[in-house]
Amino acid sequence: MGEKETGQNGPTRIERTSDTELVVTRTFNAPARLVFKAWTTPGLFKRWWSPRSLGMPILACEMDVRTGGGYRLTFGHDEASSFSFFGRYLEVIPDARLVWTNEEGDEGAVTTVTFENKGDLCLLTYSDRFPSKEALEAERGAEDGLPEQFEQLDALLASLG
Amino acid sequence: MVQLLQPDLDAAFAALSDPTRRGVLEQLGRADASISDLADRFDMTLTGMKKHIGVLEDVGLVTTRKVGRVRTCQLGRRQLEEAAAWIDGYRRLWDARFEALDAIVEELKTRERTGG
Repeated sequence: MGEKETGQNGPTRIERTSDTELVVTRTFNAPARLVFKAWTTPGLFKRWWSPRSLGMPILACEMDVRTGGGYRLTFGHDEASSFSFFGRYLEVIPDARLVWTNEEGDEGAVTTVTFENKGDLCLLTYSDRFPSKEALEAERGAEDGLPEQFEQLDALLASLG
Repeated sequence: MVQLLQPDLDAAFAALSDPTRRGVLEQLGRADASISDLADRFDMTLTGMKKHIGVLEDVGLVTTRKVGRVRTCQLGRRQLEEAAAWIDGYRRLWDARFEALDAIVEELKTRERTGG
């Protein structure tokens, strides 16, 4: 993976297209089918969805990637501190489109990911559509707070041990 | 960040399009002031100044609080800063994810090329 290749990737663009929708776009230096594969193969997905720098290890990842199929992602350092994100695939078009629900909370988004071939590159568009403005704005709070929660829990466990 | 904040920024820019309101922000950057202080300084009626402050308050550039009979104004940047922090967190998440995804995708390409 030389620098030249890396230069064709990105940059990540983030756009709040409305009160209730966030759209992330990014170009990858690969055909759409390979990027799609990385989003739909549990063994691959768990290696990038929660990179180490975020401090939220994925303990388990189950995906039944077909329309109506379910998924469950479990984060945590161990069983005691684990929590899951889960939902269903509303639409699956191989190498092109994924739509899934986020059902762990009351006001989860519907996520749509599209994979488009642009010459040798893949344009990826990820969008989260929330049921309300408040739900959108609460979202990052949840994800961003996780590493701190883990640290606090670690400290607590250490003090108990 | 700028894109995400577009609706907020549009409103903020509209609020800043008026020279008096820009002057008010400059003034509040030096010290908090009451609406009547500001009206005096900018040589306008209390009602006129209240309207300007209302516009700045709506977009979060100014906050006001009432102590006794005096309403004091101060710079209210916090809202914009919070919005900026919000998107920064989201961007950090996706940048980190996509960097890791690049590595996986490269691995898949290599695997295909070598027929592995």
